[in-house]
Amino acid sequence: MTGTALGIAAWGLLTGIAMAKSELALPLALLMSLIVFAGSAQLAALPLLAGGAPLWVIWATALCVNLRFVIFSAGWRRYFGTLPRGQRLRMAYFAADLNYALVLKRFPVPPATSQSVPYFWGGVSLNFPAWHLPSLIGLLVGDRIPTQWGLGFAGSLALLGLTYAMLHDRATWIAAAVAGAAAVATFALPLRLNILVAIAAAVVVGLLIDHTTQRAAQPEEDLT
Amino acid sequence: MSLFEGGIAILGLALITLVTRAFFLYPERDLPLPGWLQQGLRYAPLAALVAVVAPEIFMTQGRFIDTWVDARLPGVVAATAYYLWRRDILGTIVSGTLVMLAFRLGLGW
Repeated sequence: MTGTALGIAAWGLLTGIAMAKSELALPLALLMSLIVFAGSAQLAALPLLAGGAPLWVIWATALCVNLRFVIFSAGWRRYFGTLPRGQRLRMAYFAADLNYALVLKRFPVPPATSQSVPYFWGGVSLNFPAWHLPSLIGLLVGDRIPTQWGLGFAGSLALLGLTYAMLHDRATWIAAAVAGAAAVATFALPLRLNILVAIAAAVVVGLLIDHTTQRAAQPEEDLT
Repeated sequence: MSLFEGGIAILGLALITLVTRAFFLYPERDLPLPGWLQQGLRYAPLAALVAVVAPEIFMTQGRFIDTWVDARLPGVVAATAYYLWRRDILGTIVSGTLVMLAFRLGLGW
């Protein structure tokens, strides 16, 4: 668990630096760092916020980046669905990717036990400071680093790494290539609409591939 | 973007994160998940990430880059190679950033 916490800390530091390097005003960056608690959504929203994109484009982008949490929440329900509603909502706020991986690994069989709930909060108590402290440090010292070094690039590489982690078969590779090409080709569109064009194109292509190859090759779809 | 507008945007981002994380956990009764939505959800997050990253890597001020002398390119190659080797996101970021810095500060790309 300490190993993963170190990874989270480095990732938080880079996100903090990326936020300090963006054009975002410091109070806004602090607010975002403290309350949003979703690294990839923050990184994706950053250039949009700094570039003054309309609110709905910023929100739609974050929503799409966060869609994986919707899938995770169906998984969380199998563990914690019987707990009181207020507690479920509190858990949901803190339920980051890392906690999902940890709980799934430690308790492969779903129903909540007297152990899985404390284990969840234990993971949160490690993950939360491991994310927030380096993130704030990066935010406050990131300004000292010269702009021409182009360290904001670390943020792009972080998103690139996350992207690679999601590529696990031919369909996801093709969908990603389509999304990338569409985003670059339609970059001139106003309102960063190229992001929505890219998402629509990738989903259509992905579903087409699923429906043309499913029966032959893979009868059971792996939903990850 | 004004502070007020930015604040609204960020509160919205926090709310979106909470709503997506609580989506199936919060309701009292089980919600059915339509099949096409499940399948589409495989691609939407991936596409959103790529759509943000690709222009950041391959474009300069709204134009597709037309030169190889750009420190970002060796950075991306190094990051990709590291990922294929180790499958580790942190190392991917660090190696790509170091190579980019070496080309930018060392060679002036």
